[in-house]
Amino acid sequence: MTAPTQTRQMAYIAGQASDARVNVELETEGMTLNIGPQHPATHGTLRIIVRLDGERVISAEPVMGYMHRGYEKLTEVRTYPQVTTLINRIDWLGSFANEVPFILAAERLMEIEAPPRAQWIRTALFELSRIANVVLFLGDMGVQLGAITPVFYAFRDREFVLNQIEAVTGGRFHPNFDRIGGLKDDLPKGWVDETRGALGRIRSFCDEMENLVSGNEIFQARTRSIGVIPADMGLAYGLSGANIRASGVDWDLRRDGGVGLVHDQLDWKVWTHPDGDSFARYWVRLQEVREACGMVEQILDGIPSGPVMAKVPRIFKVPAGEAYVETENPLGIMGYYVVSKGDLVPYRVKIRSASFNNVSITPWVLRGVYVPDVISILASLYFILGDIDR
Amino acid sequence: MNTVVTAVELAYWQQTAIRSVAALVAVLIPAGTLVYLYLFKMMSFMQSRLGPMEAGPYGSLQLLAEVGKFLQKEDLIPRAADRVVFKAAPFVVLVSTFLLVLVLPAGPDLWFINVDTGVFLALAVSSISVIGILMAGWGSASKYSLLGGLRAAGQLVAYELPLVLAVIGVVIQAGTLNMQEIVLAQANGEIFGWGAIGNPFVITQFLGFAIFLVAVQAELTQPPFDMPVAESEIVAGYLTEYSGMRFLLFFIAEFATAGIFAALAATLFLGGWYVPGLDPASDLFNLIGPLVLLTKIVLVSFLIFWFRFTYPRFREDQLQQLAWKVLIPLALANIVVTGVLKVVF
Repeated sequence: MTAPTQTRQMAYIAGQASDARVNVELETEGMTLNIGPQHPATHGTLRIIVRLDGERVISAEPVMGYMHRGYEKLTEVRTYPQVTTLINRIDWLGSFANEVPFILAAERLMEIEAPPRAQWIRTALFELSRIANVVLFLGDMGVQLGAITPVFYAFRDREFVLNQIEAVTGGRFHPNFDRIGGLKDDLPKGWVDETRGALGRIRSFCDEMENLVSGNEIFQARTRSIGVIPADMGLAYGLSGANIRASGVDWDLRRDGGVGLVHDQLDWKVWTHPDGDSFARYWVRLQEVREACGMVEQILDGIPSGPVMAKVPRIFKVPAGEAYVETENPLGIMGYYVVSKGDLVPYRVKIRSASFNNVSITPWVLRGVYVPDVISILASLYFILGDIDR
Repeated sequence: MNTVVTAVELAYWQQTAIRSVAALVAVLIPAGTLVYLYLFKMMSFMQSRLGPMEAGPYGSLQLLAEVGKFLQKEDLIPRAADRVVFKAAPFVVLVSTFLLVLVLPAGPDLWFINVDTGVFLALAVSSISVIGILMAGWGSASKYSLLGGLRAAGQLVAYELPLVLAVIGVVIQAGTLNMQEIVLAQANGEIFGWGAIGNPFVITQFLGFAIFLVAVQAELTQPPFDMPVAESEIVAGYLTEYSGMRFLLFFIAEFATAGIFAALAATLFLGGWYVPGLDPASDLFNLIGPLVLLTKIVLVSFLIFWFRFTYPRFREDQLQQLAWKVLIPLALANIVVTGVLKVVF
């Protein structure tokens, strides 16, 4: 896996040398460009300081923290059930998925387990929030490359999934539905059939994206072999999720993690792509949406009956101890390290969110590319600002 | 509008006034039509939404509302800007648009100027807008504007060449640079002896037509060639610092130029104001000519806007490659083939 890295670095050095010669001859100066904090492409407040030579990036440095909301500290003064309402807001496009690892960590500390029905519904909502999240990425990728139409299709079809999430949880974006020991409520009547319809819409949306975007020659020219991340480099920077699977690493915590969701009882496939470029990241996510649709359909067929909540008191103290649980969230690996001192509130919660690591590779991957590719690479890395800064 | 009413002698100032109004109409009517029909409505329908629906029946007065909005806005000028250059830039761009419309005939007797070098003049004045865009990019004192202005300059220079070369095939076939005579050549021509619909050059010059449309798309900085104003990369390029009336001028210039380039394509390749089956010398065309031309403008710009709403954008180097490695060789080959066939037949 070292070969592409070396070739790339050699090309980079050669490019630098030729640029330096031109600079000496023409006495050109570099230009510092601030992309962000307010910029149409960052959909949030990420600031990237790029040094430019013409349109070529000499160095890029992401500056994080413009959206820091202090959730790790805030959790220390909130009881365990109250924490979910905060962590909902970390990755605001796939909110329910944020709650799951924290709840699992708390359940591990309390040594209780949610009833099977709760786990199945939990998994269904987990995958639905993945669909709601990644569908928007598929449209947004087009927008960042200048095609304005796909994002409207994405918003249109995401609505069907959000409606289903809302029907169960009461919240479109911030469900706050997961409880320690189960779920707040059971499924509403008729939900299973309606969800099948929504998944049909998402499947046809995926086909539409394939027709409209994936095969487009300009899209291919803009994404193929752009922003190549070799597997070793991606692993070194701690990339996770579809970003690392697009580099050919067959690693998915839903299959390999073995935490309390029911993915191991479903029939599905982990998609990888050998290229590691922007197109691969896009393509892997597109396949994962389809895979998630298939998973939810299997869950709809197989939800066991029974209670959705274990016996947990209203007010409880969590036994002293430490637990770390990570799950494969829409953006990548999300983990919560919860330390309890036997109190009503956690002593310390460390949140490992995917986007922070995914963005950390930008200085390396943006070196030597052109300004338009900065945007397409950032779009393909797919970060949520709330997920970077927490 | 030179000899609309030949029986009436008009004073110079009267003629000038009529011409000024006619030029305004000729620039604004296609621009407004395109914005409403395509930017507001077709784009919305393609994106499964309705577009403006509140202002007037079916949103038809939305344009007036937009203009009113822009007129009320403050005319912001950045403190570091080169004030004179910054202020003048939109007018330079608009001048290019108004000069372009002069050579377009809308009927046998409906024209502003009838010069023998009409095509040449049109293609020459169309590149004045580059200067305005460079002025806007430089004068704004913003890095995004500068990047956008330079991108626009590189792009417009590169696509000027295929644009001109694509037209040369038409000029060879018609044997004239005069726009009016190009229309008549299409009206009276015949395709290998079959003259029922005249000889709209799009049939014989389909390659030229395609290259012309691609080059026009790039000249208009519309997607997939909209890097100079790429909103996800450099905010709005050379438009970043403009607001209010000056932004409106750029906006009008953009869409009026789209309409006029579509009219140019319609005149050069689709027979201009002529419809088959009628005598091109009849006075009827002085009446229906403008409508025929407008219809053809709408048809041609449908293609332009269809591309606009569908495609992602190129990168600059890919755009230059397309121009120099694909379009220009193709256009040159087209000229050679056209010349040979012209001599043979």
